[in-house]
Amino acid sequence: MSFLDLKNVTKIYPNGTKAVHETSLSIDEGEFMVFVGPSGCGKSTLLRMVAGLEDITEGDINLDGKLMNEVDPSERDVAMVFQNYALYPHMNVYNNLAYGLKNRGIDKETIEQKVNDAAKLLQISDYLQRKPSMLSGGQRQRVAMGRAIVRNPKIFLFDEPLSNLDAKLRIQMRLEIKKLQQKVGVTSIFVTHDQVEAMTLADRLAVINNGIIEQLGTPIEIYDNPKSLFVAGFIGSPQMNFLDGNLKNKTLSAEGFEIKDINSDFEGEVTLGIRPEHLSQSENGLISLRVELVEQLGSDNLVYGQLKNKKDFCYRCPGNQTIEKGSNLSLNIDNNKYYIFDKSTGKRVN
Amino acid sequence: MTRFITSSFSHLILLIGILIMVVPVWMIFASSTHTSSMINMNGLQMFLGDSFYENYLRVLLYQGGFFKEITALKMFFNSFIMATGVAILSVVTSLMAAYALVYYRIKHATLLFWIIFITILVPLELRIFPTYSVMAELNLVNSYFGLIVPISASAIATLFFRQFYKTVPDELLESAKLDGANTWRFFVDFLIPLSKTMIVAMLIFMFVFGYNQYLWPLLVTTSEQYWTVVMGLKMMSGSIVHRFAFVIMSMVPPILIIIVLQKHFIKGVFQDK
Repeated sequence: MSFLDLKNVTKIYPNGTKAVHETSLSIDEGEFMVFVGPSGCGKSTLLRMVAGLEDITEGDINLDGKLMNEVDPSERDVAMVFQNYALYPHMNVYNNLAYGLKNRGIDKETIEQKVNDAAKLLQISDYLQRKPSMLSGGQRQRVAMGRAIVRNPKIFLFDEPLSNLDAKLRIQMRLEIKKLQQKVGVTSIFVTHDQVEAMTLADRLAVINNGIIEQLGTPIEIYDNPKSLFVAGFIGSPQMNFLDGNLKNKTLSAEGFEIKDINSDFEGEVTLGIRPEHLSQSENGLISLRVELVEQLGSDNLVYGQLKNKKDFCYRCPGNQTIEKGSNLSLNIDNNKYYIFDKSTGKRVN
Repeated sequence: MTRFITSSFSHLILLIGILIMVVPVWMIFASSTHTSSMINMNGLQMFLGDSFYENYLRVLLYQGGFFKEITALKMFFNSFIMATGVAILSVVTSLMAAYALVYYRIKHATLLFWIIFITILVPLELRIFPTYSVMAELNLVNSYFGLIVPISASAIATLFFRQFYKTVPDELLESAKLDGANTWRFFVDFLIPLSKTMIVAMLIFMFVFGYNQYLWPLLVTTSEQYWTVVMGLKMMSGSIVHRFAFVIMSMVPPILIIIVLQKHFIKGVFQDK
């Protein structure tokens, strides 16, 4: 049995909404797991069930070999960082950090030492006497993490903790969280709707949609090998291009071009997925793109345009290429880097 | 220039308002420092006289009532006990009631709250006889307990605390739970410190409410030992200057409470900013 075990966990709210659907998942000790999915997909509910803040309708949650279903959140030895930090507004930073330790009956000197250690680690030693209202967003974020760290819990739970920060700080804190987790080595679950955050932080990633884990794996596995249309569309930025097509006798006919010798016996209506970065310009390419807009990011150019059938399409090329608005590009798909999905079920077929 | 005129005009109106409120009080105070023969001959006075100590000391120490058992000093003591008791008890009960209504999973908590709230429509005067008979059965007539308890459940304070608790974010409770706080600790460590300013405001409010009670103390005390200041205003006999002096003194405690606690009140408000 692994460190955290979720077995057929289901959550049905009193009004009948099914938020989480028979989810099973194992997380190893020290692992950084990220739940990613659109808002309302049940990822936060799943996290809150691990914390004990939501009752479990069906199924079991085991943490470190102990069944947690009926255990009170205060007894679970988990720490959580909330989206709005939930710092205690009437206590200074020191007491914010010390509160959980005081409740556990730890003596004063030990508390002081633990708080000071955590403060040093997070570089908030100078603010210990300040109230949360006197701190900036990034500092509050650090205090919230400090509150989790001092208790040395079995598991860290992060509920979209970076979404209140501005873009620059978010990237900085993202790095710090990752570094910190590696340093402290605590098992962590991080919930986010931001796929870049998910990709960069995760040891393993669970892509969740409609209360079901669509795919579980390392970020690269999921990027390289999405198992469903949803995962393919959700992971990767800019989003994967999707084209309608038909698969018959191992030949895919999409609008305007054909791909032969496809490694699949599926026949019928399909959706072809091509990532913008898996294309390159070549003469007599499969795809002809009329350029409408070019976003120059410096390192890359994002080229947006339409295909012959007026379908929107995106192509990513190195930043040193000059591409004129209104020009026509001829693009080829890099070797076999395309994904074919059953149009009716969304499942990958190649 | 026009701005100067309009602002002077509005200040003038405000000044008139203040004068209308302050002048009668000042006249009573000024008159209470004269001798009674002076007032009887010349009417109310606008300027201070020289009998201040004489009049006020006599009022404080004069043995009043039918049985000459009570002094004004004792009445102040009684009123103080009663007002403080009402203030503390009603704030404590309201805090706890609001906590239960908001944070406990009570069925029909909203309905229960509105039932509590409806009691505002049933003032003490309306339920005074049943309340009296309950107190009489319990043998609490002529006691501080009997003076305080029947008016110490405040629907208004419960409303205020309930509305405040509803604005406290759920994450705070959840975070505290994960930090090992039980229901009692969350109440003591979080809700009470967070509602400090509101507690002070309610203490002022309920103190004045308790202090101003007239009908209830009149009914529930037969012994002069338990007379309160507001009752005493009517019961105290004496000459007109002594009554004036007593009226002026009766206004001092509520004003003092407001002055003393308002400091904390304002400090609390600004600290959170």
